[in-house]
Amino acid sequence: MASSEEDGTVEEKENNNKKRTKSALATAWLTFYNIAMTAGWLVLAMAMMRFYIQKGTHKGLYRSIARTLKFFQTFALVEVGHCAIGIVRTSVIVTGVQVCSRIFMVWFITNSIRQIQNEESVILFLVVWTVTEITRYSYYTFNLLHHLPYFIKWARYNLFIVLYPLGVIGELMTIYAALPFVRRSGMYSMRLPNKYNVSFDYYYCLIIVMLSYIPLFPQLYFHMLRQRRRVLHGEVIVEKDD
Amino acid sequence: MWHVEILDAKTKDKLCFLDKVEPNATIGEIKSMFHKSRECHLSGKSLKDEDVLQHLPVGTTATFYFRDLGAQISWVTVFLTEYTGPLVIYLMFYFRVPFIYAPKYDFTTSKHWVVHLACMCHSFHYVKRLLETLFVHRFSHGTMPLRNIFKNCTYYWGFAAWMAYYINHPLYTPPIYGEQQIRLALIIFLFCQIGNFSIHIALRNLRPPGSKTRKIPYPTKNPFTWIFLLVSCPNYTYELGSWLGFTVMTQCLPVAFFTLVGFIQMTVWAKGKHRSYLKEFRDYPPLRSPILPFIL
Repeated sequence: MASSEEDGTVEEKENNNKKRTKSALATAWLTFYNIAMTAGWLVLAMAMMRFYIQKGTHKGLYRSIARTLKFFQTFALVEVGHCAIGIVRTSVIVTGVQVCSRIFMVWFITNSIRQIQNEESVILFLVVWTVTEITRYSYYTFNLLHHLPYFIKWARYNLFIVLYPLGVIGELMTIYAALPFVRRSGMYSMRLPNKYNVSFDYYYCLIIVMLSYIPLFPQLYFHMLRQRRRVLHGEVIVEKDD
Repeated sequence: MWHVEILDAKTKDKLCFLDKVEPNATIGEIKSMFHKSRECHLSGKSLKDEDVLQHLPVGTTATFYFRDLGAQISWVTVFLTEYTGPLVIYLMFYFRVPFIYAPKYDFTTSKHWVVHLACMCHSFHYVKRLLETLFVHRFSHGTMPLRNIFKNCTYYWGFAAWMAYYINHPLYTPPIYGEQQIRLALIIFLFCQIGNFSIHIALRNLRPPGSKTRKIPYPTKNPFTWIFLLVSCPNYTYELGSWLGFTVMTQCLPVAFFTLVGFIQMTVWAKGKHRSYLKEFRDYPPLRSPILPFIL
């Protein structure tokens, strides 16, 4: 009897230890991840600046940083995993949508439609993304280390006011510029007749994507504004709930 | 006489204080004093209209929390609307109503007999659903939130249009394995339609008319219900089977997508139902899975 009681308490202690070590492991991983991503986007920023200073033009800039961009932006998919297993307290869907829209821009627009890679709008959204991501990942890093400098917090919750609309403009202009090339090449499209009895027109898909920015952008923007008021000014805003 | 205090579930504001309530008053009677559809719960536990005041775990002063569920619509209305849409929409594509396909195809018919068969199956499926809504189903809840009708109709009507467009298209390609494939698919489809109907009848017979009692469903004399031995929600299992049959019959990717999305949703519902069966009945058969025997 006594030994089984002992076993019981030992098991309990082990479970508590497991919980504590799991969250210590999670914290360690997240810290490493956020430092790595901050570093990655810093590298991108410096590569972009160096290219422009050396060459004096933005033509060819995308090609020079394409591989690094693809690596770090794609790696951000693990953030969806973080939300799914619960080590980050954000909605899986919100994170999923944000990461997917980035993946879409990188892989399905800029990477695959070479003719638009030298557009100015590409540089616009690349600059916006770089500044945003460096701010965001360093914010998370400092937060995890419990030493958050106020200027990082300020940057995270203020820069977006200008950067977010600029980024949207850059992305939309890029997709718009890509449209004629998509139509001409018929890429990613499937026509009837075929044995799957389905058709897909990438051209019209892109138009729908562009239109979807209209309802989505204001929602995300106002969500960020509400977050800003709560974090910076301690205001509690009761949201209309269902 | 009892006192009943009613608070808003979200803001905790005092909405109402009733000081002369009969001990044998039901929750439904207390609710009717508000003239609005509201959900009533007792610090976390949701209550039913039939619950009687003196049988609740409260003293002679009870505190209830009311939550306004918003505009409601009856389940029957929602079902009828969401099922009539696909029926009508599919037929519009089948008869090649103008402005869908190129003008030279207006009001023509497909030269493939599987297209006619598919139309009959699809229409039969939704007519069956409409009749079941009117004459078979016994609903636990009278109403659901109004916004659901927009969500549900978009889903059903949207997918129906997407599928029907390709199946009835002048450039439709019939199944690669021809008659064999179509015949097998038709058998699966009909088998599962009968199965699905049998389950609906069996579930209806569990519940006497007008009541809201809950019992464990068991296999009956009808062989189609023997699947209850292995599955908690065989109606969903048969529904999946019907749509798999339809997918094979039409060999159409949009139909496969529709089947997949439906399967995911039904699995979520089946798991929920399975869990609530396990919670409510101590003696629930352990061999049963929510939707797929032994797998899911």
